[in-house]
Amino acid sequence: MRSPNLRPRLRVLSVAAATAVTATTLAACGSDGPSGGSESLQVWTYQDGSSTIQEDFVEQFNETSDVQISLTQIPGENYQDRMRTAMGSSNAPDIFFNWGGGSIADFVDQDMLIDLTDHLADDPEFGDAFIPSILDAGALDGRYYGVPMRGVQPVILFYNQTLFDEAGVQPPGTLDDLFDLVETFQERDVTPAVLAGADPWTELMWLEYLLDRRGGADIFDRIRNGESEAWGEPAVLQAAQDAIDLVDAGAFGNNFRSVSYTTDGASTFFAQGEAAMHLMGSWEFANQLSNQEEFAENDLAWATFPEIDGGTGDPAALVGNPTNYWSVNAQVEDEKLDAALEFLKLHATQEYASALTANGDIPTTADAADLLDQAPTPDYARFQYEMVQNAPSFTLSWDQALPASQATPMINHIEELFSGQLSAQQFVDAMLDL
Amino acid sequence: MKRETIHTPRAGRPGIAWALPAVLFFVFFAAAPMGIVGYLSFTDWDGLSDPSWTGMDNWSKLWNDDRMRNAIWLSLLLTALTWLTQTPIVLLLGVWAAGRQRNRAVLSAIFFLPLLASSVALALLWRTIFDPNLGLAPDVANWFNLDSSDLLGSPTGAFVAILFVTGWQFVPFHTLIYQGGARNIPQSLYDAAAIDGAGTVRQFFHVTLPQLRNTIVTSTVLMVVGALTYFDTVLILTRGGPGDSTSIVPYLMYETGFRAFDLGYASAVAAALVITATGISLLLVRLTGFNRMRSTREGM
Repeated sequence: MRSPNLRPRLRVLSVAAATAVTATTLAACGSDGPSGGSESLQVWTYQDGSSTIQEDFVEQFNETSDVQISLTQIPGENYQDRMRTAMGSSNAPDIFFNWGGGSIADFVDQDMLIDLTDHLADDPEFGDAFIPSILDAGALDGRYYGVPMRGVQPVILFYNQTLFDEAGVQPPGTLDDLFDLVETFQERDVTPAVLAGADPWTELMWLEYLLDRRGGADIFDRIRNGESEAWGEPAVLQAAQDAIDLVDAGAFGNNFRSVSYTTDGASTFFAQGEAAMHLMGSWEFANQLSNQEEFAENDLAWATFPEIDGGTGDPAALVGNPTNYWSVNAQVEDEKLDAALEFLKLHATQEYASALTANGDIPTTADAADLLDQAPTPDYARFQYEMVQNAPSFTLSWDQALPASQATPMINHIEELFSGQLSAQQFVDAMLDL
Repeated sequence: MKRETIHTPRAGRPGIAWALPAVLFFVFFAAAPMGIVGYLSFTDWDGLSDPSWTGMDNWSKLWNDDRMRNAIWLSLLLTALTWLTQTPIVLLLGVWAAGRQRNRAVLSAIFFLPLLASSVALALLWRTIFDPNLGLAPDVANWFNLDSSDLLGSPTGAFVAILFVTGWQFVPFHTLIYQGGARNIPQSLYDAAAIDGAGTVRQFFHVTLPQLRNTIVTSTVLMVVGALTYFDTVLILTRGGPGDSTSIVPYLMYETGFRAFDLGYASAVAAALVITATGISLLLVRLTGFNRMRSTREGM
């Protein structure tokens, strides 16, 4: 029996189905353009101890601007992957935090970013505000695609002053000193240097400095410029062997491979006085200051990475992140572009530099030296500032400098090197194979 | 007795329109993406520019890739070990939880808690527990004179940790399936067995186990397909490491696609995974006779 009511029911169904189709089609397509045509700018930043400054300045900007900024903060080590995925989709941010160099090279190749060179040149108050070498570190082929928006982030050898005093030792001047310290602290039942091996980029920091001291900064410069044969330089093999020797000597304890940085395992262990040293980016200071204030004020000290006897690298050379940059999506146009540029210019002001300084960061503006006394710890601020001023080279972290297709296997091989799955020679061979 | 062919009355038969919403959702969210992945597996694509056609390049690379071989081996090992370790546990727990005593209800409720949390939260929790300096696991291991301090840092340890955490997370789910299955077994079968003089153990092997045949197949297929596609736990707990030692196929796919941005090759890995998982589950269903839908109550 066919129900006479079937027709109306069918019609309801087809309307429902049509709605479903429309809804899914819309969801699949998303909106055209970065922010769907509304008068707002989507800004993405990495969330950490310094991102409250971004909140403050976005709020300040929104008070006077017709075009409103909506800030998205993304925590965790996946920032890079998420940003890159978004840039390939229709939900790309208008302005986004990045590391310059390899982290934006693919976008520049695809003409996805606004070339800021002319804007920086047209407005001296904007363009000349930053330390030139740092502005240059974010440039590609001499064109500027980024504006510095964070403090300098060199990798620093942090140490526990109290533990060093108790043992009657000094921070290491050479690699041999470092091996002596490993013995000293092992005898005292203290882990010589905490290493968060569960996050292999912390192991990368050691290898970067070891190679810089062994063979100088230009070896990695050549690699970054596409000359991958430079992995075959003897200094790379020596640096990889140094890393193995440090592991074998027990410099990092026996279980560093399970220690993680992102869940604060390494920093807490260091702050508890269980480890004597911690090689980490300059942000570790702000991190300790906010999480373990007493330790940061009483025990925390800092030094440059030791030199290596017979190494040809300059002992003043630095590795790390010169700073972070804002880049602008090429799809931002007209009044939104004007607003975006106004927002970027805020970051060249004395006011922004003061906010960074007060947070414990070292600004990248040329006149930052005058502000250093306002820092919460002026000693640390001056140490860092001078370190950066005197550095003959500042190598961008390898994983940020290389394109993603090489950086990923490199990080895996470094992890294998530190965990004993690869010998120094096997590591070199694996890198030459990439 | 000859069975009567069942004639469905026309009025009760649902029209094709009823299936339309589900079919449309399937097309948009499953079939179409699978088709796109299939297409992408024949291209070279970095996610930014347009995909370029490279024919069979990705697929021939798949056969000769050492990392891929390692990933397949790890995935199969994880699947086999997952089945072997979880099945006995969930079978016994499920049958036990099917009882009606009050304490079982309370214990079962507590026991099912891991089922409610997201895998990401659980993986983060366990990562903290496994921290050699600040976590709990090394202390617990010390009581038993074991050394687990470098659990996530050793290739075997990291693999065992994944097996353990995913097991801890999914045992409640499978227990639930078995509990439902066991509760459906008619009491009369046990009564009859008891009259025939069968004790608890014989009742388990001769009544419970055969009656749970379909439940076992269902749970097995879910376990196998689940283990082949584990991802979030690996991403957070070990990130495929140390080195490649926990880099199972879904993780390798993610790393290739969304870290190295070689999306064409990642699509080939994804397509291979879909084919394998479908093949294995079809094979399981066929081998076990599950597709014949034979009732466990036949002859009752």
